[in-house]
Amino acid sequence: MSKRIIEQNAETLIFELSDQNRRSSSLAPDIDVNDACNNLPEHLQRKKKLQLPQVGELQVVRHYTRLSQKNFSIDTHFYPLGSCTMKYNPRVCNTLAQLPGFTARHPMAHSSMSQGVMSCLFDLQTLLMEATGMKQVSLTPMAGAQGEFAGIAMIRAYHDHNKELQPDKEPERSEIIVPDAAHGTNPATAVMCGYKVKEIPTNDQGDIDIDALEKIIGPQTAGIMLTNPSTLGVFERKIKLIADMIHKAGGLLYYDGANLNAILGKVKPGDMGFDVIHMNLHKTFSTPHGGGGPGSGPIGVSERLQPFVPVPIVGHNEQGYYWITEKELPLSIGRLSAWMGNVGILLRAYIYALLLGRNGMVRVADFATLNANYLLKRLMAANFEMAFPERRASHEFILTLRKEAKEYGTTAMDFAKRLLDYGYHAPTTYFPLLVPECFLIEPTETESRDDLDAFVETLIKIRDEAEQSPNLLKDAPFELPVRRLDDVKAARELDLNFYYSKC
Amino acid sequence: MPYIPHTPNEVEEMLRVIGAESIDDLFDEIPQELRIDLEKSTGLNAIPLGKSEMAVQRQLSEKAMLDGTPLCFAGGGAYEHHIPAALWEVATRGEFYSAYTPYQAEASQGTLQVIYEFQSMIANLTAMDVSNASLYDGASGLAEAVLMAVRANRKAKSKRILMPESVSPVYRQVVETIVKNQGITLELIAIDQTTGTINQEHAQQQLHNDETFAALVIPQPNYFGSLEEVHQLTDWAHKQGGLVIAQVNPTALALLEAPGNWGENGADIAVGEAQPLGIPLSSGGPYIGFIACKQKLVRQLPGRIVGRTVDLDDKPGFTLTLQAREQHIRRSKATSNICTNQGLMATAVTLYLSFLGTDGLQKVAASCVANTQKLITLLEKSPEIKFPFGKTVFHEFVVQLDVSVDSVLERLAEEDIVGGINLSAQQVAGQSVDANKNQLLICVTETKTEEELRFFSETLIAICSEISSLSNSEGELS
Ligand SMILES: Cc1ncc(COP(=O)(O)O)c(C=O)c1O
Repeated sequence: MSKRIIEQNAETLIFELSDQNRRSSSLAPDIDVNDACNNLPEHLQRKKKLQLPQVGELQVVRHYTRLSQKNFSIDTHFYPLGSCTMKYNPRVCNTLAQLPGFTARHPMAHSSMSQGVMSCLFDLQTLLMEATGMKQVSLTPMAGAQGEFAGIAMIRAYHDHNKELQPDKEPERSEIIVPDAAHGTNPATAVMCGYKVKEIPTNDQGDIDIDALEKIIGPQTAGIMLTNPSTLGVFERKIKLIADMIHKAGGLLYYDGANLNAILGKVKPGDMGFDVIHMNLHKTFSTPHGGGGPGSGPIGVSERLQPFVPVPIVGHNEQGYYWITEKELPLSIGRLSAWMGNVGILLRAYIYALLLGRNGMVRVADFATLNANYLLKRLMAANFEMAFPERRASHEFILTLRKEAKEYGTTAMDFAKRLLDYGYHAPTTYFPLLVPECFLIEPTETESRDDLDAFVETLIKIRDEAEQSPNLLKDAPFELPVRRLDDVKAARELDLNFYYSKC
Repeated sequence: MPYIPHTPNEVEEMLRVIGAESIDDLFDEIPQELRIDLEKSTGLNAIPLGKSEMAVQRQLSEKAMLDGTPLCFAGGGAYEHHIPAALWEVATRGEFYSAYTPYQAEASQGTLQVIYEFQSMIANLTAMDVSNASLYDGASGLAEAVLMAVRANRKAKSKRILMPESVSPVYRQVVETIVKNQGITLELIAIDQTTGTINQEHAQQQLHNDETFAALVIPQPNYFGSLEEVHQLTDWAHKQGGLVIAQVNPTALALLEAPGNWGENGADIAVGEAQPLGIPLSSGGPYIGFIACKQKLVRQLPGRIVGRTVDLDDKPGFTLTLQAREQHIRRSKATSNICTNQGLMATAVTLYLSFLGTDGLQKVAASCVANTQKLITLLEKSPEIKFPFGKTVFHEFVVQLDVSVDSVLERLAEEDIVGGINLSAQQVAGQSVDANKNQLLICVTETKTEEELRFFSETLIAICSEISSLSNSEGELS
């Protein structure tokens, strides 16, 4: 669609297409509403009529189809958003997960009518256990952050249980250690579980500062949360040492699996010494991110946390598949969703895993790493500065634009916005916070070399623009449905609801 | 190779640029002793080798066929409704399906505008001022509402939440799991055994010594399908200094009073499960939690929020806003740890409400009510089936049987019917009454025809008497 037409429709909201007298729907049952309402007590009925839009079916389809065209997505653009693993979401995963037998199943359907989906979930548990080296997997967490919650809640349940058994021996454990480069969900999760957060610094090689860690560990340590490879795009080489230090102090290790794509089939978090992990299936197992979810964040645990896993999980015996609940696992931290988490997403991940197989999983890490290191070397050759030039990139790496910021007055955000003009989604910007003017770049394994080359050429071109006409960056984007948005106004003059102040 | 476009030549050239001999060299920073040995049993043997799309399609089709498409009369938080054919066609367009969270606003105006429209629709449905962009599901959403109420009700300085027994037992469990580590206590309020609704006297008694509480949760319609006296309860809670969390079914809000208009001042927070609005049952997820509140509480909301603003040329546009509440900015002081929410589901809900409109949603709700009453009338014919909580319901009701509900459900399953939810199997920690014996929760939506209702009622009645005569004769034999 041409830019002009998109622009024409820029401000139209679905509500502005509505006329409350329009009746065009074949989608609702034919019924006298007032008649049915006679069955409801008068005083509990709605007084003020709803104001949902009344729009024809075609107009609804057209409105949202046009809106979709204002998005960048994996299907339409290179999307090297670091830490988010924006790789191809195979269509077949969606098609098969939407088979009527799967979509029509009520979560409380009798287990005799559920053996199909339960067998898929059981197999997925097994696959994920093997891929991560953990003793048990629970699929219920609905995103990475909820997996984190489950993990830290289990760590807490474990310590509380030990304290109950040995009230004199077991210290009061109140702290979770988190590296300064950690994702924001890590400290937020620790606090939701009633812990204090202790930050530790990273050294100039991108590894954890072992001396600082040594000083901070003590009997008050409940555990540590780590991402490996870290959010700095490098593998934490001293992971075994760190695991030993934490375990010696009686703490446990939490693995944030956001970067699992880098090591699938190469190393298992269980072998690194982690006690509990979460996986972001919407990253590593290529389920769609849908413009902000649904995600899926299954957790895996080592033996010592097995009694505490969130329920339900799927079990199997001679009679078939069955739900394992709090009856079998009385020490479970409990339930995190009404039923079994985001089952439709779990199915998509399962289908993806079947398509890849173990041979395909190893290739994921191989080519994600190949693409990242290739991109890194090409950008270095073009004189871009890397945060950790001495290190191997994992599946992602950090580029810093501090030199460009100083010389041309163009920030990483300006580069990001100009990339949009050239049809590239921007990498992750300003995360992790410790590297100034940074891009966290993750190409993923599904991008071709040609696309990587074109991306390099574009960054070079934009740097030339920064030198010659920096306003091309500072005022970018020019080619998108809107130009840069006023975030300050958005927060000061809150407009979050079309109807507010209108009714 | 599946989903990997590289040719052998390209790989070679890329390695040359990197200065590495092989791809394996790229993993040389990982300590060798940690590397997976694919030759060993500790490798990846439990994972089968990759399969073709055709083979996987066959395998999955067989699994899906196993579960069939039974006639469903179960609800309890997951409801079968008609979904417009166009809905998922549009929602799974690649531009929606394969986009990330709209961090780059200019490249995400589609998703952002959809969410703004979603927020507006949820606010209108609940008669609240503002809504967020979604939460994971109704149950975890209720937990977020509880955390929010404790933060927001500074006056009460209380971490007590009054949680009626008429709230779904699984929801109560989920809330307990999520809030317990922050010192918040859920105090169970018993139900009135003749109506299945909150016993206000019992709530009053819970306030021994005039203690304050942070909030009262009011479900509408409640777990048993019954209707709570929301106006009275809201005013009572407010008088005691508590906030009111309305836990509501969005379909029902087409006909039932919206939380914002409960009592004199309205509920403070409205929360619920939006699955009924265009999302298939799919074994319980992905669904979508929604949360809306009064304007004055907006800074306590968890999760993403989209705002309308203008661009450099003064043209309207949309962006994520109030991000200072969130984990990526506020870290350990964030209102919640939520990051990814249920964006695609919010898109589906927005499409659903647009396709149906006010008129359509009212008709869906009215049809639910009418069909439910029809089934009640059919079941009333059997003297063995009782209605312990009455018949004033939205689209769910409880029946009491003479026989074991488990056996009934098992027999119904043989007839390819999901007959409802066994309430006695749902006893959870903290349940104060044991009166749920042989109680079955049945749900009827607009999807059921007269024939299906007749077929279900006849089958249910027949199975009940079959089981009852069977157990009688067994009793005589022994
Ligand atoms: C390192 C890291 N940890 C945790 C998360 C949170 O995962 P989710 O968004 O699925 O809750 C993310 C994703 O944004 C992440 O990148």
